[in-house]
Amino acid sequence: MRHKVAGYKLGRTTSHRRSFFRNAVTSLIMEERIETTVPKAKALRPVAEKMITLGKQGDLAARRQAASYLMTKESVVKLFDTIGPRFGDRQGGYLRIVRSGWRKGDGAEKAFIELLGSEQVQEEKKQKRAEARAKRAAETKKAMEEAEAQQQAAKASEGGESKDE
Amino acid sequence: MPNPKRRHSQKRTATRRAHDALKGRSLSECPNCHERKLPHRACPKCGYYKGREVLDIKEAS
Ligand SMILES: [Zn+2]
Repeated sequence: MRHKVAGYKLGRTTSHRRSFFRNAVTSLIMEERIETTVPKAKALRPVAEKMITLGKQGDLAARRQAASYLMTKESVVKLFDTIGPRFGDRQGGYLRIVRSGWRKGDGAEKAFIELLGSEQVQEEKKQKRAEARAKRAAETKKAMEEAEAQQQAAKASEGGESKDE
Repeated sequence: MPNPKRRHSQKRTATRRAHDALKGRSLSECPNCHERKLPHRACPKCGYYKGREVLDIKEAS
């Protein structure tokens, strides 16, 4: 009996759900890793694997099928040019879901879903984030120092005026 | 309408609740930092899972 295994509705109407899947798969292909809730990640897995299978087929019909589902042209190009060939020797199981803690606002359990073999991309992204963070920190520090200098200058001029009176 | 005939004694209440205690979460040990963590999840302390998965964990400054 395959009772009660109809899949995930995710509290959405059919069209809302379809939009969500299309957006999420497109993002997953472009970013290689996305963070969502556990049920969304699990619901996304079969959709994404079917897309990658299209990417592996690589012919024009498959390309048109993928283009009719994915949201951007760039994602289709990436799916067929880099992701499809990457999984050439693998029979499914292209994705990894890892539970990664709980969301602050509503306590939902978060997970990230990523393409296998995207470790290098993740490392590069991490590096970029760290650089951006360092840059931001340096800018804040500079702004604070400037503000302090200005304050001291203002104080000095104020003192001068009061002496004149 | 049916109603209780007798008041329950404290003992009867306590006896019924004898099996109501909550159990603690079963935890496993993180192979990387040896903290106790929930099984099948990335370690919230060091961000490791299965030897390599790293979440961005900020060091406490
Ligand atoms: Zn750990």
